[in-house]
Amino acid sequence: MPVLNGKELRIVGFLCNWCSYGGADTAGVARAGQPTDLRIIRVPCSGRIDPLFIVKALLNGADGVLVSGCHPRDCHYSAGNYYARRRLEVLKQFLPVLGIDDRRFEYTWVSASEGQRWQHVVTTFTDRIHKLGPAPRLEDAEPLLKIADMALTSLRPLGTGQNAALDDLKAAIKAKLPELDCVIGWQQGYDAAHTVPLFMRTPEDVDKLVWGPFNVNNPATYLPSFKGKKVGIVVKGCDSRSVVELLQENLIKREDVTIFAMPCQGTLDMARVNQELGRYSAIDSVSYDEAGVTIVADGKEHRFCMNDYAQGKCYGCTTPSAVLADTRLGTPEAVQPGAYTPPELAMLDAMTLEERLSFWKGQMERCLRCYACRNACPMCVCRDYCIAESREPQWMTQEATAKEKLFFQTIHAMHLAGRCTGCGECQRACPVGIPILALRQQIARAVAQLFDGYKPGLDPEAVPPLLGYELEEKNIHEREWK
Amino acid sequence: MSIIRFVNTDGLPAFLAYLSKDARVLAPVEKPADKKSVVFEEWTQGKPFTLEKATVPAKEAVLPQCETLLTYKRDKDPEDPSRVSLKLDDIPQAVPTVVFACRPCDARGYVTLDRPYLQGPMVDPYYKARREQLTVLTLTCPRGCSTCFCHWVGGGPSSPEGSDVLMTEVEGGIVLQGLTPRGDALLEGSGLEDGAARFPDAEAARKAAWATLNKAPDLKEAPAKVAARFTDVDFWEKETDRCLSCGACTYFCPTCYCFNITDEGDGYLKPGRRLRTWDNCMSPLFTREASGHNPRTAKALRMRNRVSHKFATYPENWGAFSCNGCGRCISNCPVCLDIRAIVLDAVNAE
Repeated sequence: MPVLNGKELRIVGFLCNWCSYGGADTAGVARAGQPTDLRIIRVPCSGRIDPLFIVKALLNGADGVLVSGCHPRDCHYSAGNYYARRRLEVLKQFLPVLGIDDRRFEYTWVSASEGQRWQHVVTTFTDRIHKLGPAPRLEDAEPLLKIADMALTSLRPLGTGQNAALDDLKAAIKAKLPELDCVIGWQQGYDAAHTVPLFMRTPEDVDKLVWGPFNVNNPATYLPSFKGKKVGIVVKGCDSRSVVELLQENLIKREDVTIFAMPCQGTLDMARVNQELGRYSAIDSVSYDEAGVTIVADGKEHRFCMNDYAQGKCYGCTTPSAVLADTRLGTPEAVQPGAYTPPELAMLDAMTLEERLSFWKGQMERCLRCYACRNACPMCVCRDYCIAESREPQWMTQEATAKEKLFFQTIHAMHLAGRCTGCGECQRACPVGIPILALRQQIARAVAQLFDGYKPGLDPEAVPPLLGYELEEKNIHEREWK
Repeated sequence: MSIIRFVNTDGLPAFLAYLSKDARVLAPVEKPADKKSVVFEEWTQGKPFTLEKATVPAKEAVLPQCETLLTYKRDKDPEDPSRVSLKLDDIPQAVPTVVFACRPCDARGYVTLDRPYLQGPMVDPYYKARREQLTVLTLTCPRGCSTCFCHWVGGGPSSPEGSDVLMTEVEGGIVLQGLTPRGDALLEGSGLEDGAARFPDAEAARKAAWATLNKAPDLKEAPAKVAARFTDVDFWEKETDRCLSCGACTYFCPTCYCFNITDEGDGYLKPGRRLRTWDNCMSPLFTREASGHNPRTAKALRMRNRVSHKFATYPENWGAFSCNGCGRCISNCPVCLDIRAIVLDAVNAE
């Protein structure tokens, strides 16, 4: 729709059919004067509003988005607005990490009889958007490339796990193997400086199992594809959280999974390891000591101390030992509780909104839409039915623009709200090194703040916060409309 | 004797400026991140570039990730709204392009793409327009790499196939050797100093690169052996058990050329666009039929398609592998799935 140049801004309103849409009507019938910037889209319930509606509007040039539904306890469908309230509040706390001012998005409740309240809400919101002015567009942002500071201190001692009871583990797996379809673990990859997932079906396969700082892959990613089969899995602490989250969501059955666990002492950030190694023709040797790994490639020695080269997530890890296991070997080192902000998130926190938008522009430009991030994610279980590729409905175009690519990342991140365990596979899988984990980490932080420190994947019985609601939310407050 | 020129390292920006006078120059540009990547980007005066092997192949020069094939506009007749007129507009998008410092595997990629796009029963006009205006300046590789295997599949660190100019790093600069009339003409107009005296150094560097390679296995039997494996689903399931079925291997491949066509927009309010984008055989949409049925749901069958195409069906049609051994599918794979191992297993297994 054309807007009056300089006088009107683009504001999109999603209004519940049963209340706010009627409220707007009441205001109209009462001849209550209102600003004309708002374009209203009628929806059956505020619970129908997927956060991607709002993000799509904001990324495609809306200067503001207003959602209005029935007052809590007043939903036509009993509970739609309770779910909406949680979802929309998480979205509101997520938007700033993208570089979008969260004041450009608001949600509220207006009933069909509250014509005056509607007039007040729409006037206040439109005034607010006019004060903010037209929204900065991703298309106009100047690309900004920045690297997170990886000089971190860990909450527990990091090491190479070379004293781990690998032989005992192999024996335990061999003993269980006859009852299982396969056991997922790790084996050496194309050279001694890379490992890949291993699927153990015979005792000879079990002998290939390795344990150490190269075991970066999260084997839980494969679990849902074994649905209905008895399968074993070897886990690090972080992997076990993915397994638990899958159990929480009923995506796998507890009786089908046998979990083997050893305490993890951290894994290597293969991005930095590969960068340090550079292009080499052959690995001559890989040797371990307690503090790190020494790799000799083409005759040149490279030293990787775990304190310097661990994955970002390992420094803040509080679950080195599996949270759920059937067979446990070894005792973990104690974790010193302390504050920890993931490095990429800390970098974004230090930026202005404008810089963040520029940052994502600079990062997303090189995305090839290969969807390695999605397919490596243990919580991405839609697989062949992903919205990114759906034609009906068609939420995403096939254009190779930074906007479209960032839109996919926000969809992925929002679908993981309250579910992402922070395993970091999305970022590790990205062939062009886009720090997309930061988006998930921001959501995890918002979820923890809103829901009493909730962390996904710790308790198989816990209900993920966005799958439930409270009549009175403790930490979500109705904003004042003054 | 071809034209030989020499440029010292400091003179490279001036040489790039010369190249960019009449053409779009795509050069490798480093993108700093925790995981650094190198991508081909349009070079403009003053932009930093690198001579490293790029993370992504240079195929975007002829086959962009997304291109608009045509735009369309629909208009309703105001007298009779049931009558709709349709206006089509196809915009030729090809511009003269120079690819600077791709590797021999990238350059051979253009030859692999040429066969289906130009030499088959149908000629792709969009591809043809780009290809005809393409000049390829290839930098020879200084050494082999753990994930590279170009010499297995008919290439090598200084393979000239597909290049107009072959560049080799020597001490203090780069020796440029014209391989085609187009390359020769480009070098002649460049004003660079004659490089004949430095050419022996370049030849020595190329030879040294060859010497770093491991012995290549014999893949003469590969097309027949891989084809014979087609119905052995157990084999493919075992080989691909760790595959995540993402599209990294295909999108980072210099020879994968499948595409998808989508109409975006209905064309009533504003013009709609027919887009051509990369497609990949790991994607469910690649084989999903209009009925909703998908004959290829398992990741093993999808990877079978990829490997068989490169090592069996393409050779059957065109007499050469459609894999140039650049190794990007191995180094960029989230689970390091190794196409070399699959082919060797197919060749060696009983």
